[in-house]
Amino acid sequence: MVDLKRKLVQLISAVTLNSYAGGFVQGTIYRGPLKQVCVPVLNCYSCPGAVTSCPIGSLQALASGVAFNFSFYVAGIIAMSGVLGGRFSCGWLCPFGLIQDLLYRIPFIKFCLPLWTRYVKYLVAGLFVLVLPAFALDAFGLGTPYFCKWLCPAGTLEAAIPLALLEPGIRGALGALFAWRLTWLFLILLFCLAVRRAFCRVFCPLGAILSLFNHISFFTISRNEQICRHCGQCNEVCYLGPAPAPVVNHPECIRCLKCVKSCPAGALSWNFQGRNKEEGVFYG
Amino acid sequence: MFHNSIRAALLAAAVASMTYGIYRGEVPEVLLKAINLCLECIGIG
Repeated sequence: MVDLKRKLVQLISAVTLNSYAGGFVQGTIYRGPLKQVCVPVLNCYSCPGAVTSCPIGSLQALASGVAFNFSFYVAGIIAMSGVLGGRFSCGWLCPFGLIQDLLYRIPFIKFCLPLWTRYVKYLVAGLFVLVLPAFALDAFGLGTPYFCKWLCPAGTLEAAIPLALLEPGIRGALGALFAWRLTWLFLILLFCLAVRRAFCRVFCPLGAILSLFNHISFFTISRNEQICRHCGQCNEVCYLGPAPAPVVNHPECIRCLKCVKSCPAGALSWNFQGRNKEEGVFYG
Repeated sequence: MFHNSIRAALLAAAVASMTYGIYRGEVPEVLLKAINLCLECIGIG
């Protein structure tokens, strides 16, 4: 039930964030004031339907420009989202997360990744989003949004492919970089068929930043030690498992709440600001 | 309770960071980038 509810919220979020229908008809993008707002999900702002901005794209855009080296505005939005919900937006709001969830339902060879792979995303966030765009500059003092250019599959799927199909001018300008992007997208989608939320786990820089807040966010998952049977059911259903048992609020946790609903003893609960949603018990 | 103080302080810092960014004029830069096609995202840049 919680998974169905989550799917519905993910779908509403994906449709709302990409609700500029005219873009898909005319092959253009939305140019209104809502684009000033960054929503903490991976949703390319060059998608014909996108009505808000991508925080990762905006971070790089400002870092690679001449006016600023760092965006306090975007960092503040990401941090605020992290402090409030940790990786809640990964699990419930991210359109690219929804695509990965749906892909994983397709029958295919499934496997688990070694735990060290989760650290790759921190390298991607640090190097491709923060350092290179700000410091690897050309002769005019301009940087490049390295993550958007080389590693973002959402940009290819949501922006490059639709615009190439809709706009002959764009189609004609595509070259080797687009070929790389298509290849990378294909590999990522294939990866997502085999590994649950493969991109989130290994490469997503937004997930990396938000994961730093998972232990301290207002929205947390609590475990009542007194009634926990240590049966391991929570680990069995864990979305991004295998999690090192029995850790709640692990940096990989996307707040899908499957563990809460599946706990046979009812030892797990989600709460906001230390207050249990059902009993009003303070866990601090 | 201790945790909540840290959370509140972090939330205040996040809001302050956002406000400072707005104050120093980052929002028009974000908008400018977002309303123009991102060539790198498409694979032209």
